[in-house]
This record gives sequence, structure tokens and C-alpha cells, in this order.
Amino acid sequence: MSVTATPAALETRGLCKNFGALTVANSIDFRLVRGARQALIGPNGAGKTSFVNLVTGVLHPNDGRILLDGADITPLSQAQRVKRGIVRTFQITTLFRGLSVLENVTLAVSERLGSGGDIHRPAGSRRHIIDEAYALLERLGLHDEALRPVKELAYGRQRLVEIAVALGLSPKVLLLDEPAAGVPSSESGTIVDTIERLPADIALLIIEHDMDLVFRLARRITVMVAGQILVEGAPQEIAADARVRQVYLGERAHA
Amino acid sequence: MSEILSAAVSIGFFGLAFAMVLYLISVGLSVTMGLMGFINLAHGVFAMFGGYAVTTLMNDYGMPFWLSLVCAVVIVAAISVVFERVLYRRLYGGDELDQVLLTIGLVFMSVAVAKYFWGPLAQLFQPPLALRGQVDLGFREFPAYRSFLVVCGAVLVTGLWLALDRTRFGAKIRAAVDNLRMAQAVGINTSGLFTVAFALGSGLAALGGGLGAELLPIYPGYATDYLVYFLIVVSVGGLGSIRGPFLAALLLGIADTAFKYLLPEIGSFFIYALTLLLLMWRPRGLVGHS
Amino acid sequence: MAAVAERIIASAAETFARRHRFSWYEALPWVVALGGYFAFPDYLALGSQILATVLFALSVDLVLGYAGIITLGQAAFFGTGAYAAGLLAAHGMGAPVIGLLVAAAVAALVGLISGIVVLRTHGLTQLMMTLMVAVMLHEAANKANTVTGGADGLQGMEVSPVFGVFHFDLYGNTAYFYCLAVLFICWFLLRRIVHSPFGRSLTGIRENEARMHAIGSPVFRRRLVAYTISAAMAGVSGALVAQTTQFVATDALGFERSGNVLIMLLLGGIGRLYGAFIGVPLYMIAQDRFAAIDPVYWYFWIGLLLVLMVMFARGGVIGIIDRIGAFVRRRR
Repeated sequence: MSVTATPAALETRGLCKNFGALTVANSIDFRLVRGARQALIGPNGAGKTSFVNLVTGVLHPNDGRILLDGADITPLSQAQRVKRGIVRTFQITTLFRGLSVLENVTLAVSERLGSGGDIHRPAGSRRHIIDEAYALLERLGLHDEALRPVKELAYGRQRLVEIAVALGLSPKVLLLDEPAAGVPSSESGTIVDTIERLPADIALLIIEHDMDLVFRLARRITVMVAGQILVEGAPQEIAADARVRQVYLGERAHA
Repeated sequence: MSEILSAAVSIGFFGLAFAMVLYLISVGLSVTMGLMGFINLAHGVFAMFGGYAVTTLMNDYGMPFWLSLVCAVVIVAAISVVFERVLYRRLYGGDELDQVLLTIGLVFMSVAVAKYFWGPLAQLFQPPLALRGQVDLGFREFPAYRSFLVVCGAVLVTGLWLALDRTRFGAKIRAAVDNLRMAQAVGINTSGLFTVAFALGSGLAALGGGLGAELLPIYPGYATDYLVYFLIVVSVGGLGSIRGPFLAALLLGIADTAFKYLLPEIGSFFIYALTLLLLMWRPRGLVGHS
Repeated sequence: MAAVAERIIASAAETFARRHRFSWYEALPWVVALGGYFAFPDYLALGSQILATVLFALSVDLVLGYAGIITLGQAAFFGTGAYAAGLLAAHGMGAPVIGLLVAAAVAALVGLISGIVVLRTHGLTQLMMTLMVAVMLHEAANKANTVTGGADGLQGMEVSPVFGVFHFDLYGNTAYFYCLAVLFICWFLLRRIVHSPFGRSLTGIRENEARMHAIGSPVFRRRLVAYTISAAMAGVSGALVAQTTQFVATDALGFERSGNVLIMLLLGGIGRLYGAFIGVPLYMIAQDRFAAIDPVYWYFWIGLLLVLMVMFARGGVIGIIDRIGAFVRRRR
């Protein structure tokens, strides 16, 4: 009860999406409260990434609505949703590989401040933008690599830049799509620490396969199967849920 | 009334013959672009050299038409394998711009090579005696060679479709166009598949170039001047599709013939405008993958 | 610690700032252009054509090198500008600067309208659409030969003196400086655009479009603006050629022009802003020397060069200079 009383930062109602015969979202009702630390788990092909794409506006739903702070954002484009505070990271690192770490974040900050389309003044004259981007890198411990091209960084560091770029957009709702995917376990600790230290007011949804990571970070877990939400609850409830065990262990058995 | 009908029959007939040639030349391009993701602006070069091979073998060496066609296909397919292995292969999955520039380079070279060996004028093409003159289909007469093109094209297209539907090779091609990674994962040798598909496509282009030498005359500017036609067929048909380009070739062949017949002044303009509209309506082509 | 941070921010700002500060080598093209005037007084006509074509290549560099749009139809805008200026001059409105402005406006309009259609698509479809726009205009100009003069060219162009003072003389002195001045102004503007946040966001789109969407950038609008600016510049370039040669024919809209400019740009280096200044003169001077001797082989060697460059020297001449520079620095 206490959960529903808190205003939702992000909410979907009856969200549906299908590609021909393939249904990736089957009437999803979902809530993410302010300051949430929630995880979205489920077997491969459950529709987790499609859900992220629907919420961020990469895909448009066949039916249903998406609300941000109670306002309907379903018809908005991806860019408009970012402006309102729905920000994501990618499962596969998606950065400007040839540009420096600092410039990756600078581009994000400058889009947020609405000066990305400025055609008149030189980019380097925006000191406050560079300062802000740099401060962000410092917070994430990336400042030593600020001027290096992203492609020269170790993969684990690139994953951090992904998060830094997202933070440069001052998200209200942050969707982290497998933030530690492909990172060697020696480096994943830094990523977990970074996520733990994110500002408390950000509503965080982590899409993840790694159960250790999920149980360490999430205070609430949503399990998705075949485009539907199977169950949602506190970590210990989910761990004890027979259906989840079946889905989860079933997948283990395949892998 | 009968005049209109007669004109319509003529347009349909000539358009069909043209469509067959366009399809034979372009189907390989659709496969290269769909399967390898390669923007190949030099595909017409293979058709052109097929045409040169056929006309040269017939005119200078007195070889029969049929044999010249077979030789042209074999020669061009063999040469195309070299191109695929040495040049194209290195740019698979690479930058589209590199592919565009590389193949523009090949087109330019082909213009010079053709001019050097065969001179600037169009090649003389004379169908074999049996295919000259007119054939009477009962209700009216049609030029024999065009009728042959329609029949021959229909047989080839049916054969090609059956082969792709029924053979293991065809299944592999379809699987790879559909999902390249999956095809690799189930153990299909895609590298070899690419080479064979490329050679097959180039061979068909050579065949189309040779058969169509009467409709699309063989001269040094062939690969640039007809490029637009081939690209229209492929992009309107849908990349990687086998049947889509046939539909597009039919549309283009008949529309082109109709416009040339009815509105010779502004025909090409309408063709281009129509293509633009079709692509606006269906950016992935009529039978494109979504 | 704070001091270190301050230093890095300063050096970051410095790195960003350095890009838009003028360096000594940026003066080189202009020194060469002025030197060329005195050194080769007999080749001023070719010189003017080179200067105008550099502008054309710069317009391609903006869409291709910065915004990552592959176009096979840039001649559409070149030809539109050329015909706009040409038709004005043929109908008694020969003031050259006004001609340039009108050409820029008309070409920009064509760019804007076609951009709305073309830029919604990707890959081959986009390539095809750029090509279709150009061939449509080419075909239209061909058929409207009562207005355009078709392939034989527009008759009766009379271009007035620049600002009513500088007559276009037979030796091409005025034409040369006219082209040089227009190129300089356009280059200066383009340079500002490329180094602005807008220009950086174009680079972002080229580097990773999905990421630009995800940081909330209106990608389509940015591309459309770039495409329109580029069209205007190509239009100005076409107008320059039309005014200085007092001639326009349908080949101004032809596929060869769109293809050749890509080659010239590749030769110099794409996405570098200076590739045009190297590639265009190299190509056009070589063409002037060799093509006259043997036009057949010219295309063979250009084609071969293109193939070899794609395979081995993707960055063009500037790329090679960069590599030598990096090598020398490493040895030191």
C-alpha cells in the first residue's frame, strides 16, 4: 500500500507492443517510484530491452500509455523524453568512440542545456559546460582519462563513461541496461560502487542478468517473462517465489 | 478502342521483355546488397562485360549465340570471384562510403577499359537467325527476339526461384539474408556462401547484359548510364529480396515502355519521381525486411 | 588536487578552443592562391574553376564528413545555383552578388525540401533518394530546353561588373579574385559552423547516431539544417561557375559532377575541412594536364587511384601527412 501512495516517477499502463506474431510487451502495468532502486529481470527474450525501448521512445507501443510524474508522454519523441528526464544506458556500449571522454559528456550536457544546436559561438567558449562535465568525471573517478579517446579505454571504463554521459543529462528516471555486461569481475566492483552512489532522488531501473548484482543493488525486483510481468516484490520475496525459481533455474539449466 | 487495346498489349509485351532483362541483371545486386550489406555501384560492370563477351564471341569468333552466352556467364562469374576475394571482401560490414567510392572507382575504370578494347561506339548485336523477324501469336505478330526474351526470362526466373526454394544452397542463402549471425552460428560457411552468391549474381548479370544487348546497347558508358535503372529495381524491390526486384523490374519495365510510348518528352522524369514516391511510401522497398 | 583539476579543465577548454583558433597552416591555401595568381597568369580561368569547385567540395564535406550523409546528388544543388544565377543574368539581372544570394536561397530551398524527404531514410534508400533528386532535376532541365538551353547551354548570359565596379575581364583577373573572396567568406562561415556546438553535434551524429538520440538530440533537425546549409553553399559554387564562365548547361546537374566531387574530397581527406583545398586542385590540375592528352585513360587512372585509396590511404593526402607526422613524433 505504501508503495502506491508514493507518486510514481514513471508508470506504464497496459503497454502493448508486437512485431507481427511476436509479442514483446503484453499489457504491461509498471510503476517506478521516486528514488527507486529497482531491478528488472527475466530470461533472454523476455522483452526487457524492448520495454526500455518503449519507455525511452525508440519503439512506439501499439497500445497503452507511458506517464512521467503523472503526465502522459506516450506521443513524445525520444529526444523530448530525454529532455523531460528519461535517460538510458545501453547494454552494448554506445558512445562516440573517436571523441574524448570529456567531449562525450560535454555533448550530453550541452544538449541538456539546449545549446547543442548553437551554430554561432565556438564550442570551446562554453566554460560552464566543460566545468560541469569535468566535475561529473571527477565524481566517477574518470577525470584522469578525461582527454583520452573513448576507444582507447578498457571496456570497464567505457561502461563508466556510459553512466557519466547519462548523468550529464540530469535524469529523473535512469534505465541502466545491463550496466556491467561484458565487464571482467575485477572491474565490475567499480561499476556497482558507482551505481550505489548515484543521487538518491533518481528513480533507477536496472535491467540485469547477474543475480549477485541485482540482489546487491535492488530494493525491489520485477520479473518479466514473455512480455508480461510475472511478479514484483522485495528481493527476499522474489528469491523465495516458486515461479521465479522455476523460470530462473529453468534458464540456468539451458545455459 | 482496338487501337488502345493494341497499344496496351504492345506496352505490356515490350515492357515485359525489358523487365526480364532488368531483373536478370539486378537480382544479383539485390543479393549482394542484402546478404553482404554491400553498396555495390559497380554491378552494371559485370552486365556490360557479359554483353561485350557475347557480342565479341559472336561477331569476331563466329561462336553460336547460345555458346557465347554460356561462355560469357562463365568468364564473368570467374572474374567476379577474383574481385570479390581481392576487393569486395575487405569492405564487408565496413563503411558504406568506402563501398560507394571503391565501386565508383571500378565503374570509372570499366569505362576506360571498354573504350580501349572496343572503342566508343555501341556493339553490333544480331540475334541468331532463328530469332529474327516476327512471330505470329494468332491475334497479332510480335518481334521474335523480344518474345524469346520473355519466354527465356520466365524460364530462368522460375528456375532461379525453384533453385533458391528447393536446394540446400538456396536455403543457406535465404537463412543468411534473414539472419547472418544465426546462419553463422548454425555452422553455415558464410565466407564461401558470399563468394558463390556473388559469382552467381555476376553471372546472371552477364547473362542479362548479353541477352539484353538489343535493349540496353553495350557501350563504354553502360555501367554509369544504366546504373540508375539497376538501383531503382533493387531499392524499390527491397534489399536482399529475390521476388521483390522482380515486381520492381516489372513496374519499371512497363512504366518505362509506357512513358516512352505515350509521353516521350517527360517519361524519365516521371519514372524518377515515381521511384522517389515509392521510396517515401516504403523506404525498405516493396518486399523489404522490416 | 584542486589545482590538478583546474589544470585539466584548462587544458580541456584549451583543446576545444584550439580547434577554432587559427593556426599558421590555415593561411597556406590563401597564400598559395595569391601566389598562384602571380605565378600562373595564363591559368586564371582554371584557377577560378578550382576555387569555385573547392567551395563545392566544402559543401560536400559538411554533409558527408561531418553529418555522415552519403550523397550521390550534390550536383542537384550546384546545378540549381548555376541555373538560378544563369537565368537571372540572361534576363537582365546580371548583378553578380545578387545572383549569388538568389542562387544560395533557391538551392537552400531545394535542399530543405529534398532534405525533409531524403533524411528520413538510411543507407541505400537514402543514397538512392539523393540520386533521384539530382536525376529528376537533370531530366527537368533537359526537357525544359526552351528555358535552359538543354545540353547546349543557356544562351545570352550577361554578368554585370562586381559591385558595379569590377568588370569581368578576358584574362580572368576579376573572376579569380571574385571566386577567391566568395570562397574565403564561405570557408570562414563553414569553419565557424563546424567548430560550434552544432558542428560538434553533427560529428556526434556521424560517430554514433543512436547515442545522439539517447542524449536527446533532435538528430533529424540537425541533419536537415546541415543539409540546407550545404545545399546553399553548393548553390553558390554553381553560381560562381556560371557567372565566371558565362555558361550553364545540363551537365551542371549531372551524376559525374556528384561523383567527381566525392573523389576530389577523398583525395584530399574527408571530414577535415582542408581536404577540399588539397584534393580539388590536385584533381583538377591533373585533369587539365592529362585529360587533354588522353581523356580515355584519365578515367582509368582516376578509378584505379580511387580503388587504391579506399584500400590503402583512406584519409587522403591529409591522412598521409598525419601519419608521417605521427611517425616523426614517435621517432623523436
